[in-house]
Amino acid sequence: MKYKITRKEALNLEDFLVEVEAPLVAKKFKPGQFLILRIHEKGERIPLTITDCDPKKGLVSMIIKAVGKTTSELSKLDKGDLLTDIVGPLGNPSKIEKFGTVVCVGGGTGIACLYPIVKALKAHGNHVVTIIGARSKDKLVWEDEIKEICDELIVTTDDGSYGYKGVVTKPLEKILKSKAVDKVIAIGPMIMMKFVAKTTEPHGVKTVVSLNTIMIDGTGMCGGCRVFIDGKMKFTCIDGPEFDGHKVNFDELMNRLSMFKGKEKQAMKHYERGTK
Amino acid sequence: MVDIGGTRVTMREQPVRERIKNFHSVPFGYDEKEVVAEAQRCIMCMHAPCEIYCPVRLKIKAMIRKIAERKFKEAFLIAKEDNPIPAITGRVCPQEDQCEGVCPLAETENGVNIGKLEAFIADWAMKKGITEEFYIEERTEKVAVIGSGPAGISCAVDLRKFGYQVTMFEALHEAGGVLQYGIPAFRLPKDIVDYELSYLKKIGVDIQLNNIIGQNIRFSELRENFDAIFIGTGAGAPLFIGIEGEELNGVYSANEFLIRVNLMKAYDFPEHDTPIVCGDEVGVIGAGNVAMDAARCALRLNAKKVYILYRRTKRESPARDEEVQHALEEGIIFKELISPTRMLGNEKGWVTGIELAKMRLGELDKSGRPRPIKIEDSEFTMKLDTVVEALGSRPNRLFLDQSPELERNKWGVLVVDENLNTNIRGVFAGGDAISGGATVILALGEGRKAAKSIHKYLSKGDGK
Repeated sequence: MKYKITRKEALNLEDFLVEVEAPLVAKKFKPGQFLILRIHEKGERIPLTITDCDPKKGLVSMIIKAVGKTTSELSKLDKGDLLTDIVGPLGNPSKIEKFGTVVCVGGGTGIACLYPIVKALKAHGNHVVTIIGARSKDKLVWEDEIKEICDELIVTTDDGSYGYKGVVTKPLEKILKSKAVDKVIAIGPMIMMKFVAKTTEPHGVKTVVSLNTIMIDGTGMCGGCRVFIDGKMKFTCIDGPEFDGHKVNFDELMNRLSMFKGKEKQAMKHYERGTK
Repeated sequence: MVDIGGTRVTMREQPVRERIKNFHSVPFGYDEKEVVAEAQRCIMCMHAPCEIYCPVRLKIKAMIRKIAERKFKEAFLIAKEDNPIPAITGRVCPQEDQCEGVCPLAETENGVNIGKLEAFIADWAMKKGITEEFYIEERTEKVAVIGSGPAGISCAVDLRKFGYQVTMFEALHEAGGVLQYGIPAFRLPKDIVDYELSYLKKIGVDIQLNNIIGQNIRFSELRENFDAIFIGTGAGAPLFIGIEGEELNGVYSANEFLIRVNLMKAYDFPEHDTPIVCGDEVGVIGAGNVAMDAARCALRLNAKKVYILYRRTKRESPARDEEVQHALEEGIIFKELISPTRMLGNEKGWVTGIELAKMRLGELDKSGRPRPIKIEDSEFTMKLDTVVEALGSRPNRLFLDQSPELERNKWGVLVVDENLNTNIRGVFAGGDAISGGATVILALGEGRKAAKSIHKYLSKGDGK
């Protein structure tokens, strides 16, 4: 069985949306979960968080940044193209209940990963404030979609080309000082999640982060995705991907993410040579 | 000339210098002349202890007799009666602890090379396109087999022979379980695994890849949709020692190391996309088959020095003799009576070495092996740039965690009765999911036994 791409859309120079036919995944998807795909027979298995899902039509979509070989190759595919393997949904769903006021913080493609969570939080009667950040205006994704479903939206850009100038922790700090927040959920680059957790800790606000680690099988077999939560080893794939942000050792994790950097560059070079 | 007893016919193998640069099979396998000569060594002893010690009770004597008579097809069909995957077990069974070890010839010389005879007839049949022929009287009952490893394969084959409609669910993108992700190609060529799996499809087993029971289909839904279920989810969850430094880059579980190499073909990077970083000095913790596999893979990934770090001695290694011997020939260095206490790293977060304590052997423990005892203040360090932990594994959690209704013991191993029935009616289990980590052949035997129990349950309705 192959998995057909039903929609493909470039959002900016790096980010793109892919919608695929994956009925088994769509049927069981819950916010916060991810899937693993393989483009072709020689491909690697990459984990991707699911942005949206249509269980009736059996479709799931992801927003992806073309950073490495596989994501670049994926960005070149189009509607009608086939992917060799998709498996999911993987990981535990987000815990969704009525918490009260929830601040959701998203960075980069993490904004799109937040989308189904914000939607579910709203459906459970929460007041949702969303802070989303990007390097610049043109790199901001999924703003309109998020805006439509949350109560308040704050946008930041590193260069000030849109919204507030600066990083997402600035408005977050302001909110934490000005009103009672029951929960913070952060999805984005590891460094962003680290500082979100640092910002909320003195305020004692429970903070959930969604970790995107090195992963192969995604079923608890390789241990490549191991993280240390309060000093205890956990597997992101089956124990996560969401963890208590105040207990994650982010520095260790960021270091582990760099393990295959050299190889990733080599793969990219090899790929670029082949596509020329 | 018939040479009863005599010396074992030498197995031709790839020369060490060549084979450490590739992932092709180390033994070439017997040719027709050699296989007949080896079969003729069998003294056709009365008691045939080889058969008694075979977990699937393969009719070894009859098989050998046919080989000795050059009737390879008949020999193959005899093997197939009790073992659906002779090409695989011939290569991966611990024969020295089973059939070959109890062969009367083993008292003075090597026992008959039963593993290689078995592999020969299976390979011969594969080349000739000869398969077992049987008539399937179709039944309407549906049986789900969870997991496509050795236990699932043997269970599915027998269930099909009984006539049941069998659907096999596999979480990964390729079927075969440990045969696919765990055992390297130089020990078990992947075309053989693929061939055995194509046989499954040929006899009508519906293999559903990328399908995780518990995630895609809830266990309760599965129970509603199938008349019986076999759980063969294996023991694929890696164990870590739990010492300082396991977060460092360059530290792998043997599972990750082998999955990258075998399933994802990282040895062919960048042609295949999945990378692996293997340094010059590699330490593999543990001395079982998985440790030997990881060490020999590291060598083939251009490591300069590969060490087996073991708390007992070579003698107590649970690995197959052939694997230890091949590893030694290839230059793997055994460091005995040592146990890791800490991994050392640099400021960039990469492993640079390991601290080990010296051990001595004490009284025999429950496994019948001497217990390693730490010698106080004996710690020393060793320079390494890759560490692979091959400490064994435990049952896969993903499925079991989603199915709390299944009874497990404190080690997470499924609890079954003598018929391999779990605490739930119509749900059976076998292989590493109930043993916590054993051999291909034991899993195979349990798969067959479960198929019989399922047949009994479905035909008489007395499965508990």
